[in-house]
Amino acid sequence: MTQNLASSAQEPPAAKLVGLMAQFDTVDGVMAAAKRLRDAGFSRWDVHSPFPIHGIDAAMGIRPTILPWLVMGGGLTGLVGGLLLVWFTNAFDYPLYISGKPLFSLPANIPVIFEVTVLLAALTAVFGMIGLNGLPRLYNPLFKSGRFRRVTSDRFFIVIDATDPKFDAEGTRELLGLLGAQAVESVED
Amino acid sequence: MATILTRPSDVREVDNTVDDPRRRAPLVLEYHDFGDVTDAVCNVTERQTPRGWYIAFGISLALLGLLGVCLGYLFTTGVGVWGNNQPVAWAFDIVNFVFWVGIGHAGTLISAILFLLRQNWRTSINRMSEAMTIFAVICAGLFPAVHVGRPWLIYWMFPLPNQMGMWPNFRSPLLWDVFAVSTYMTVSLLFWYIGMIPDLATLRDRAKSKVAQIVYGIFALGWTGSCRHWHRFERAYLVLAALATPLVLSVHSVVSFDFATSQVPGWHTTIFPPYFVAGAVFGGFAMVITLAIPARQFFGLKNLITIRHLDNMAKILLATGLIVAYAYATEAFTAWYSDQPYEQSAFLNRFAGPMAWSAWLMVFCNVVAPQLLWFKRVRTNLWTLAFVAMCVNVGMWFERFVIIVTSLTRDYLPSSWGGYSPTWVDLGMLAGSFGLFFTLFLLFCRYLPVVAMAEVKTVMPEAKVAHAEHPDEKKSDYWPDERHART
Repeated sequence: MTQNLASSAQEPPAAKLVGLMAQFDTVDGVMAAAKRLRDAGFSRWDVHSPFPIHGIDAAMGIRPTILPWLVMGGGLTGLVGGLLLVWFTNAFDYPLYISGKPLFSLPANIPVIFEVTVLLAALTAVFGMIGLNGLPRLYNPLFKSGRFRRVTSDRFFIVIDATDPKFDAEGTRELLGLLGAQAVESVED
Repeated sequence: MATILTRPSDVREVDNTVDDPRRRAPLVLEYHDFGDVTDAVCNVTERQTPRGWYIAFGISLALLGLLGVCLGYLFTTGVGVWGNNQPVAWAFDIVNFVFWVGIGHAGTLISAILFLLRQNWRTSINRMSEAMTIFAVICAGLFPAVHVGRPWLIYWMFPLPNQMGMWPNFRSPLLWDVFAVSTYMTVSLLFWYIGMIPDLATLRDRAKSKVAQIVYGIFALGWTGSCRHWHRFERAYLVLAALATPLVLSVHSVVSFDFATSQVPGWHTTIFPPYFVAGAVFGGFAMVITLAIPARQFFGLKNLITIRHLDNMAKILLATGLIVAYAYATEAFTAWYSDQPYEQSAFLNRFAGPMAWSAWLMVFCNVVAPQLLWFKRVRTNLWTLAFVAMCVNVGMWFERFVIIVTSLTRDYLPSSWGGYSPTWVDLGMLAGSFGLFFTLFLLFCRYLPVVAMAEVKTVMPEAKVAHAEHPDEKKSDYWPDERHART
């Protein structure tokens, strides 16, 4: 099957099929196709869209992310870290007497501890999301397709990875056509 | 000015403020598909730079230069170049700080609180107001940083080990401020940036020049619109909104603690935290309206930032204005009911003392002028709305001036009473901070996506998936929680 693909590739020696890309013009179309692919048992595939489609997670069978747990971990680290910071600096390492008030009391320290908690939780949310998504990834074979540039504007794509156990260049291409794709093209690297 | 700039704004103005309870009013007008939204927003950055932009940018840069001159003079000479002295040790520096940090609050309210409340109309204005937040907080951060006198020792405010073996005093509200404002800046920046990643990818994919493609490409982090990525993205966005909501309430509360925990009559009141937060949102919404009206005219975004959006913002302005009016009334009541001579004299001094003009200007701008917004004709007319918003911008600056300066001029001992007048450096730095703000804002309008395209697309009727049995259901901007619809 690599022979007939080589004819369409621009650089014959290096081109390697990494997947198939199918274009859809409407949300309804891509949604219906995603449900069929999920039911057909594909596992290494993805839907690409210009905005988050509501309900696509269920249609694709995406399980909830662990991100909120990471954020809770970040927040708790901030809470304990902030508490220790305040206690260590003002009550332990350099006892600071201010107007006869106790060296360490919770009410006076709530603002700082709260801010540190929020800061670490927010940093975890952002960098956790970027990290779990495998970003930044500036090189991606998908970017070679001129058609794919509209994914950030008004078109929807389903990309099936060639490493999927169910993948078969001919059969999968045919399946994507049957699912109502407006166009199907190979993704080569 | 309008004739120079209005090339793409021949768009017809549509009144979408009429409420028909049987049908949701559309949030986005005249756009028939997602590509139209992409084109309208990207056009702002892709078209040739309009001449009006250069004129506005030139004025802003000149004011920024003035800020530079004032800062140079301040650093080489000392804070004596300002009008501050005993007893008015805090004046324009802190007035400007509180003014600018308050402006930022509307951006976070729109991006976080309205998001949690599912106010879908926020999508057209959230990017712009988040940008406003960041630039306002930059302006705000400048003033406390330079008012310390020796700004090269600013790192003393942070808990860094140093040669003196000392740590900052964590029980001081001034240090709480350092933590609150720097956390607020960081979280706002992150919120703004991650919301922008998908739109930066749009600009990357449409870039005509190699440089633009590479620069947008780097900041877009290789975003491909993968739904597995969108899933985590949306979750991160929700979490950030949930974190930013208490954060924004805490920031201006902490700012108010700078005053409320002191013993100066006129500052030492428990109403300050909610009063300051409401005032901040009030002042911030006035600034969003001030920026949104010209932006929609000049950038051809009338169909995205519609009259209905302005009408909604005007209603929030009126509501928060009433809370501020209530806070003023509470101050009067407290002064009378406390039977405390110092509190009463501070109140009388504000409204009948030598600087009474500033207090009455504040009342006119913040209490009287917003009452015009009860009328729909005022809310939906751009000129009258801009007038009210401008009044509030001025009024909120004077509110902080009244609180800070008039309270300090006369405290307990008449022998230590004094007056205050600003110097040219004070006025120059105030004008210069507007230069900094508008320089940053104009650069944002020129090079970054001014409207959150991906978010606007989610509230268009075309974005809803039709139910097999009720194909008409998607023709509404309201989506029921998808979790109930899953089969």
